[in-house]
Amino acid sequence: MSGSTFETDNKLVNWFEKRLPIISLMHGAVVVYPTPKNLSWWWTFGSLAGVALVIMMATGIILAMHYTPHVDYAFLSVEHIMRDVNYGWLIRYVHSNTGSLFFMVVYIHIFRGLYYGSYKDPRELLWIIGLLIYVLMMATGFLGYVLPWGQMSFWAVTVITNLFSAVPIVGDAIVSWLWGGYAVGNPTLNRFFSLHYLLPFVIFAAVILHLWALHTSKSSNPLGVEVKTPQDTIPFHPYFTAKDLVGLAVFLIVLFFFVFFAPNYMGHPDNYITANPMVTPAHIVPEWYYLPFYAILRAIPDKLGGVIAMFGAIVILFLVPWLDTSKVRSSRFRPIYKQFFWILVLDCFVLGWVGANAPEGHFILIGRLATAYYFLHFLVILPIVGMIEKPLPLPESISQPVLKGEQE
Amino acid sequence: MMGMLRMKIGLVIGSVVLSAGLWLGAPATATAAGGGITFEKQKWQHSGPFGTFDRAAMVRGLQVYTEVCAACHSLDLVAFRTLSALGMSEDDVKEFASDYEVEDGPDNEGEMFDREAVPSDYFVAPYANDKAARASNNGAFPPDLSLITKARVGGEDYLYALLTGYEDEPEDFELGDGMAYNKYYSGHQIAMPQPLFEEHVEYDDETEATVEQMSRDVSVFLTWTAEPAMEDRKRMGVKVLIFLGIMLVLLVLVKRRVWSGVH
Repeated sequence: MSGSTFETDNKLVNWFEKRLPIISLMHGAVVVYPTPKNLSWWWTFGSLAGVALVIMMATGIILAMHYTPHVDYAFLSVEHIMRDVNYGWLIRYVHSNTGSLFFMVVYIHIFRGLYYGSYKDPRELLWIIGLLIYVLMMATGFLGYVLPWGQMSFWAVTVITNLFSAVPIVGDAIVSWLWGGYAVGNPTLNRFFSLHYLLPFVIFAAVILHLWALHTSKSSNPLGVEVKTPQDTIPFHPYFTAKDLVGLAVFLIVLFFFVFFAPNYMGHPDNYITANPMVTPAHIVPEWYYLPFYAILRAIPDKLGGVIAMFGAIVILFLVPWLDTSKVRSSRFRPIYKQFFWILVLDCFVLGWVGANAPEGHFILIGRLATAYYFLHFLVILPIVGMIEKPLPLPESISQPVLKGEQE
Repeated sequence: MMGMLRMKIGLVIGSVVLSAGLWLGAPATATAAGGGITFEKQKWQHSGPFGTFDRAAMVRGLQVYTEVCAACHSLDLVAFRTLSALGMSEDDVKEFASDYEVEDGPDNEGEMFDREAVPSDYFVAPYANDKAARASNNGAFPPDLSLITKARVGGEDYLYALLTGYEDEPEDFELGDGMAYNKYYSGHQIAMPQPLFEEHVEYDDETEATVEQMSRDVSVFLTWTAEPAMEDRKRMGVKVLIFLGIMLVLLVLVKRRVWSGVH
C-alpha cells in the first residue's frame, strides 16, 4: 500500500516478515500512512463505518447461533433471544440499532465526499467501490430486516420482490426465482438468511479494496488541493487514531443511548406482530434509510418507470465523477455549487419525509417535485455549475491555507 | 448576496432539524395513533431512564389478565417461571402454574396426556387454534398479548386509552353487528366488547378496582411481558453511558495532547 519504513530487531517478527510481510503492510496502512493534517471531523465517519461493520458482524454471528430461519420459528426464536438467551436482548438491540446508525454514518460519509469533491480524479474508483459497499449494505439491511418474520418483514419482502415483476416478459419468472416458490414463504426466508450471512463478508472484502484504493490515491482533504510536500501530512498514528477514537466514543454514546433507552425507536411496532399473509398492514413502510428511494419509486405513476427511477437514483451516483465538470474539488471554494449542495441535502430529507407518508394528497406532488429535483441536481446542475462558476482562489498548499495578502 | 442565500438555506435546514427535534422530544400530553386519533400519555413508574416496574401493579395486572383478558387472549411467550420478576416466590410460581393443565406426551404407550403445568411451562392459550378463536369471537381474532405494548403505536399509553375508551356510539354513527364503539380505536369500531367494568376483579391488596385502575395495572403487566429485560437494560444503560462519558473526556484530552504540536 504505502511505502513503509518498517524496521525491527524482533527476531520472530523478522522471521515472519521475510515470509509474509503483513506486519509491515499493516504498519504502512495504519501507522505511518501519511495523512493530510487538515482533515476535519467529517473525515472520522469512514473509520466509524468500519467499526459499525465489525459490530454488526460480531453481534450477527452470535444472533445466528440462536436464530431459526423457518417461517414457523423465526419470530419465536427472536423472542427466545430477547427472553432466554443471556444478554440476548442486548446483542439484538445492538445489532438492530447499529444497523440504523451504520447507514447514518455512511450517509454522512457519502455527503462529505459529495461536498468536498472526494470522487474527482484520481479517486473515481475509490468512490465507486464505496458506492458498491453502500449498495451491498442496502441489500444486506433489507435481507436482515426480513429475518424476524414480523408483519413489516413479510410485507417489505413482498413489496420489494414484487418490484421485479415490472421487468418486461421475464418479470414474473424472476420473482418466483427470488421467492423460491409462488409466494413469499419458507424458501424465501431460508435464502434470505443465507445471503444475509454472506453479504457482510463481501462488504468486508470491498472495504479492503476501498482502503487499498484510498491508500493508493491518498486521502482527500477539506481544501481539495493535493498533498505537495511532507509538511502537508502527518502520520496516521498517533494523530488520527487519537482523533478517530474521540469520534468513536461519541458514536458509541449515541448508539448506546438508543440501545438502552430507546431500542425500538427506529423500528416499527408492526414488526412485533408475527408475519401474517392474510393481513396487510395499513401502511407498509421500509426502514428510514430506504425512505428517499421509496419516495422516488412511488413518484412515478408507472410501475416499471418507478423501478427504473429508483435504481437510476443510485446508478446516477456512480456517474458523479464524470458529471461534475468543476476544476476545483472542494465546495469551500465553489460559492454557487455550495448552495446547491445544501439544497440537495434538503431535497433528500424531503424525499425521506414523503417516503414515510402514504402517497396521498399533497405528498404526491411534493414527492414528484423532489424526485425531479434529485435528478436535476445530478444531470443538469452538477455539470452546468461546474462550467459557469468562478471558483474562489485556491490556497497554494495544505500548509499555507491562506493566500499571500489575504487574512481569514 | 451569497451570504444571504446561505443564511436562508441555513434557516430552512435549521427549521427542519428543529421540527425533527420537537417531534423526537414527543408531545408530552398526546400521542397520535394515526387516523387523527390522539390520546393522553400516562405517567408510569417504568418510564424514563431510571424507571422500574411497579411490582404491586404488575401483580394486580396479572390478576386482571388471568381473570378477564385470558378468556380470549393468549400470552404464548410468557413462561410461568418468569413470574418471579413480579416478586413471587418459587412456591408461589409453582402453585400458580399448577392451576393450568397442559398437554404432554407421548408417553411410553404413545398416548398424549394432560398434566398440571410446572414453572417451565408457558401460559396456556384459551383456544386450540386461530380458527377456534375466530369462531368464538364473531370472526374477529383476539391477538396474543405477550408483545402487545411493543406492537402498537403508543405502547402502554395506547393500551390504557383503549381499555378506558369505551362509550356509547354517537347518534349518527353506524355501528356494525356485534361491534363496540371505542374513542381511541382506529375507525372507532372494535370487535372486542368492553372488557372491564367497575369491581370486575377483587384485588387482594384491597385497591379499588375501577376501570382506570384495572386498565393501568394490566398495562403495566403487559409492558413487562413485552419487555421483561427493561429494568436490567436501563440499569446497565446508565452505567455504560457514565463509563462512555468519562472515556470521551479522557479521549478528548489525549487527542488535544497528541495534536498540541501540529500547526
